[in-house]
Amino acid sequence: MSAALGPRKPRWPLRAGVAALTIAALYAAGLGVQAGLIEYVQRILLIAGINVILAVGLNLINGTTGQFSIGHAGFMAVGAYTTAFVGVQIAPHVASLLGSGSVADAVTFNLALLVGAAFAGLAGLVVGLPSLRLKGDYLAIVTLGFGEIIRIVFNNAQFLGGATGYNGDSAAGLPTYTSFFWVFFWVIVVIGLIRNVTFSQTGRSLVAIREDEIAAEAMATPTTRLKVLAFTLSAATAGIAGGLFAHMQAGIRPEDFKFDKSIDMIVMIIVGGLGSISGAALGGIFVAVSLELMRDLQEYRLVLYALLLIVIMLVRPEGILGQRELSFGWLTRRFARKEDA
Amino acid sequence: MSEFFQQIINGLSLGSIYALIALGYTMVYGILKLINFAHGEVFMVGAYGGYFIATALGVDGYEASGAGFPLLLALVVLVAAMALSAALGVTIEALAYRPVRSAPRLTPLITAIGVSLFLQNVAMRLFTPNPRRYPAILRELRFELGGVIITNIKLAIFVVAIGLMVGLQQFVQRTWTGRAMRALSLNMDAARLMGIDVNRTIRATFAVGSALAAAGGILFGLDQITINPLMGVLTGMKAFVAAVLGGIGNIPGAVVGGLLIGLAEQLTAGYLSPDYRDAITFVILVVILVAKPEGLLGVVRQEKV
Amino acid sequence: MSLLALEAVDKVFGGLHAVRAVSFAVEPGAIFGLIGPNGAGKTTIFNVVTGVYRPDGGRVLFDGQDVSGLGPTAIATLGVARTFQNIRLFRAMTVEENVMVAGHKLHKAGLWSAIVRNTAYAEDERALGTRARELLDVLGLAAQAGDVAGSLPYGSQRRLEIARALMLGPKILLLDEPAAGMNSREAVDLERQIRLLRDELGVTIVLVEHNMSVVMSVCDRIHVVDHGETIAEGAPAEIKVHPRVLAAYLGQEDAAHAEPEAHA
Repeated sequence: MSAALGPRKPRWPLRAGVAALTIAALYAAGLGVQAGLIEYVQRILLIAGINVILAVGLNLINGTTGQFSIGHAGFMAVGAYTTAFVGVQIAPHVASLLGSGSVADAVTFNLALLVGAAFAGLAGLVVGLPSLRLKGDYLAIVTLGFGEIIRIVFNNAQFLGGATGYNGDSAAGLPTYTSFFWVFFWVIVVIGLIRNVTFSQTGRSLVAIREDEIAAEAMATPTTRLKVLAFTLSAATAGIAGGLFAHMQAGIRPEDFKFDKSIDMIVMIIVGGLGSISGAALGGIFVAVSLELMRDLQEYRLVLYALLLIVIMLVRPEGILGQRELSFGWLTRRFARKEDA
Repeated sequence: MSEFFQQIINGLSLGSIYALIALGYTMVYGILKLINFAHGEVFMVGAYGGYFIATALGVDGYEASGAGFPLLLALVVLVAAMALSAALGVTIEALAYRPVRSAPRLTPLITAIGVSLFLQNVAMRLFTPNPRRYPAILRELRFELGGVIITNIKLAIFVVAIGLMVGLQQFVQRTWTGRAMRALSLNMDAARLMGIDVNRTIRATFAVGSALAAAGGILFGLDQITINPLMGVLTGMKAFVAAVLGGIGNIPGAVVGGLLIGLAEQLTAGYLSPDYRDAITFVILVVILVAKPEGLLGVVRQEKV
Repeated sequence: MSLLALEAVDKVFGGLHAVRAVSFAVEPGAIFGLIGPNGAGKTTIFNVVTGVYRPDGGRVLFDGQDVSGLGPTAIATLGVARTFQNIRLFRAMTVEENVMVAGHKLHKAGLWSAIVRNTAYAEDERALGTRARELLDVLGLAAQAGDVAGSLPYGSQRRLEIARALMLGPKILLLDEPAAGMNSREAVDLERQIRLLRDELGVTIVLVEHNMSVVMSVCDRIHVVDHGETIAEGAPAEIKVHPRVLAAYLGQEDAAHAEPEAHA
């Protein structure tokens, strides 16, 4: 990009326009999906979207920053339970202000999601601060341990249903706020957020930490602060995925967030390519689709995933995309030129 | 007071089993700097191996007739199961770890997780997920000593565990292979240059560690009465924490760590709440990694800059 | 006041006393050489100065401030930059990105700006890119700006490390064996570049190096260590013929018969 040649046009009108268009398109797509596709396929789409959020978020800490966290299901659980619980608490208050239509639901849901993300991020901070001084394998084990601790806590939390699960203390279960629109709205938000962080000086510093942490420190990079930041951010996005997941079904149980879930997340980013945002997205879609395709082979799912992990590591450890991104070459260049104008 | 001693006895016997498993983790990590996630499954296979071999040797018949399984046959079961697990461990190393030995550290970690999952789920298909009652390879005899109940099984655990650990110590100190293992864990390149057969030594390490885990599996089955295909997951994790607690790569450390974890778990279950017996291990893990990551008996290794 | 001063610095690793009561002072604008046989403790001294290791005795003063025991990030922020004996580049990133990573001083906008991509962010990126390319130019790497760092030839990798270190805008630059693996023509180029860094960029330089012609040609003052201890300090001419230095490098018997090294 060359230096500016004159007074710069403000960016925000263009951006607001693009945002409005995107939202409209998404809304239309959502209506189309609900009308045109069978329930089965709709569900796969929702799961795929949630997976993409999980994968892209996890990729920030595991792929970009090279710090291996294998207990991320714990943060998803924190987000899921928090969103569900907060949603139930604030719904009546929102209803008293805004009536009981879809606007009120949207407000309740997104507020609850944000609180869920915040708590998940906080959990990430608590786990990350002591752990991120540890190297490779040790960090993996500690994150695994924390993931389990979180699950045990939810298992014993009676006000959240304990082992039987939480359904909002109502026979009807949790309100199903999750829809095509909201899932993919958040997919876009999360991908945009992660992308902007990754392709910035912060992102460069994260990659530097991955490549050679000692050299990064010698170049005045605040390594601990950045590692904790990446970890917290990735925990928060897992929390959003958790909140979306919670409101897709009547209730959530600690069982839903076992180590198996963390393994699913690892498969997503390994298959797609550790260190690539688009790779993570592809991996998320892959896991969602393969989950459905293997529905009959449900008992063999983990065996197959396990074999897949082993085979990938032996044959093509960099996954589909490695660290490269899918670039919509001409699209990016056109947009870049517009931003410069 | 007698309840306290009871907890101590129980904790030490549980801890001895953890120590046997922890030894396998620590030896492999000492040489390869790899967490052998599949080690818990090797422990599980050892337990099931003991189950099937004992059944094949007619243990149920002996139990029904009240005669008690002959000690000789019990030893056969132990040795056979240990050999079986040793073979499994060596196979895993050859198929899944050796090909990626020179890859960046992340790759073998993922592969190990993959192998662990694979074995768990294959076991669930083969053995069904239902818990099985462990055969009476040793017929249980109870003694009471001042209000404390000791069973011959607990004694057997101590005897077998201590015997194996002493054997291991001798092996590592006195035999060529044992010394080769120590050399490899200190400096693999130098060891190779001194003519040590690296592959053979690594195979031996896996074999020995797996055999010890199998012994732990049989003892666990006798002590806990039931086994199930996922038994390696939690127990393996706790044994790994024990290895880290003692100092990963440090053999006496694994023993100390195992006993401490066993005691901590038993005392927590007895005096705090049985719900937290599993959580306490993870808490200890976090504390030790934050306070003294090299473990109680471990040494800090400086990275060359 | 000297820019960098070591006062009786000790560093012990288990049984090994790697650095023993080493003291020296580097004046601003100097090109200061630190030499000694292999294993003498030179890189360890660098590591103590840059905060990778904590001194076990004595202290390190930078610009009058006691920095002993500060971490590497803090010391780098104060203005101490370095290169590494075993090249430590960010291999997966491009040459330009490697340099930009060190641009924290030029990067004023925070993470929020990056997320919303406002004007402040764009200006920052532009400034970083411009400065990075300037430095690459100085080190003769401008043509390779978009290449992946790991694919560069060895000599270029060493120069990239220097460019990256300079991006910190440091007051002092510690070069750890920059001429390793270079032929005599490349070494002469390096001598020119080192002098240029001091003369035009105003950077004080401390040089650990085995290539004696580079050291003798470029350094104002040389400090010699052997087995962790100081054995000599002085101008190149003095060091060249210093009996203890010759003995350390060549061994006792050969020292008596040594010829002064010819220049390239």
